[in-house]
Amino acid sequence: MTTLYSEPAREATGDVPVNRISFTINGEKKTAEVEPRLLLAHLIRYGLRLTGTHTGCDTTNCGACTVLVDGHAVKSCTMLAVQADGHDIETVEGLATASELHPLQEGFSEEHGLQCGFCTPGMMMAAKALLERNPDPSEEDVRWALSGNLCRCTGYQNIVKSVLWAAEKLRSQAAE
Amino acid sequence: MYPSRFRYEAPGSLDEAIGLLRDGGDYVKVLAGGQSLIPLMKLRFAAPELIVDINNLPGLGYHRADADGTLRIGALCRHADLEHSALLASSQPTMAAAAPLIADPTVRNRGTLVGSLCHADPQGDWASVVLSLRGSVIAQGPAGQRSIPMAQFVTGPFENALAPDEIAVEAVIPAPRGQRDGGYLKLERRVGDFATVGVAVSVERAGGMVTEAGIALTGVGGSTIAATDAAAALIGRTLNADSIGEAASLAAAAARPRTDHRGSAEYKRHMVATFVERILSRVSGEAAERAA
Repeated sequence: MTTLYSEPAREATGDVPVNRISFTINGEKKTAEVEPRLLLAHLIRYGLRLTGTHTGCDTTNCGACTVLVDGHAVKSCTMLAVQADGHDIETVEGLATASELHPLQEGFSEEHGLQCGFCTPGMMMAAKALLERNPDPSEEDVRWALSGNLCRCTGYQNIVKSVLWAAEKLRSQAAE
Repeated sequence: MYPSRFRYEAPGSLDEAIGLLRDGGDYVKVLAGGQSLIPLMKLRFAAPELIVDINNLPGLGYHRADADGTLRIGALCRHADLEHSALLASSQPTMAAAAPLIADPTVRNRGTLVGSLCHADPQGDWASVVLSLRGSVIAQGPAGQRSIPMAQFVTGPFENALAPDEIAVEAVIPAPRGQRDGGYLKLERRVGDFATVGVAVSVERAGGMVTEAGIALTGVGGSTIAATDAAAALIGRTLNADSIGEAASLAAAAARPRTDHRGSAEYKRHMVATFVERILSRVSGEAAERAA
């Protein structure tokens, strides 16, 4: 599938430089034409219409736009879309299957890990990267791993509990 | 927010990258981790005409020690690589202490040490650490490589000594002369904030005597400050209450803090002395930390 994405250059004509990129997002191969200044967050939200990835502060602080690039948590407002060429992107939309929530999503539901929900996709993606590296984290490990993600509602208690809930579920699934 | 318009090249070789810098026009920037550059471009503080993305250059993600103990950090070695490095944990105490305090975990996945040195932010943590260790930066240009001591690499706030057609390819930390110890302490209001005060201390000792010492300060002046008098006060002495106290006072005297929303100048100066004392007291095995 080709996504032709010309914003934010739509006022321009002719000599705007455009790069063609190929990447994988949530397991699907995509090709896009992007202006180099397009941010990865904007390609995901406006080009691919995957609006689960939120742009919060837009200044590399809040982590609401966190996605996984080759398995590493990255702030997608601080990476150029053109840099995704040849890489594997994973967003919150990649967590659930058609019939089942991901244990992280279940955990946030079970432990009431969100109030307004704006930071939640970023929290889940940062947590996913943590649990892939460390399946049995301590509370301190979780707090440390999520320290680049801000939540203005919860005070973090239930977010940490949600991630620990998910970690336990994933471990018990792995043991089966 | 998005940056102003630029051309983008992602060369596959260092020679090609240097050629792009040479021929690319008046305002070319090298993009590595991008965790400082991209925010600056979004805020339009930087508006380069050409971005040379070096992320596709092979073989720059390393950090390794030579047989003699010289440490080399490639231009694409991320903060997170250093944070999780067994090599640093076992042989580079000042660097191992600083790595987990850079920005936040997500930024550390992308940002690089060499990029941070090049960015030359007066609030940057790595510059103090590398300065305290007598480190240098290897610059590669059309005519080959040259080594620039960290003390001369930063020429001003956000300015470095690289020529327009040079790329910083490596940071080098010289091998220790004796047992290397040290630490980095950072006072920050919250994770990811710039340092209110940061202090890097590195010492090398032989037979209990300090043979080399470096003390450098973050966030308490218009640029990274090398507290050379404070470091010199330790040379040829053992680490004891007297020598530590003297170094702490001299480091505080070298600081040029300003009162701002992060704290008063007096408070910051006090914290410089406190941090020097804490690091050296721990190093010397004297647990006694005087209450401020």
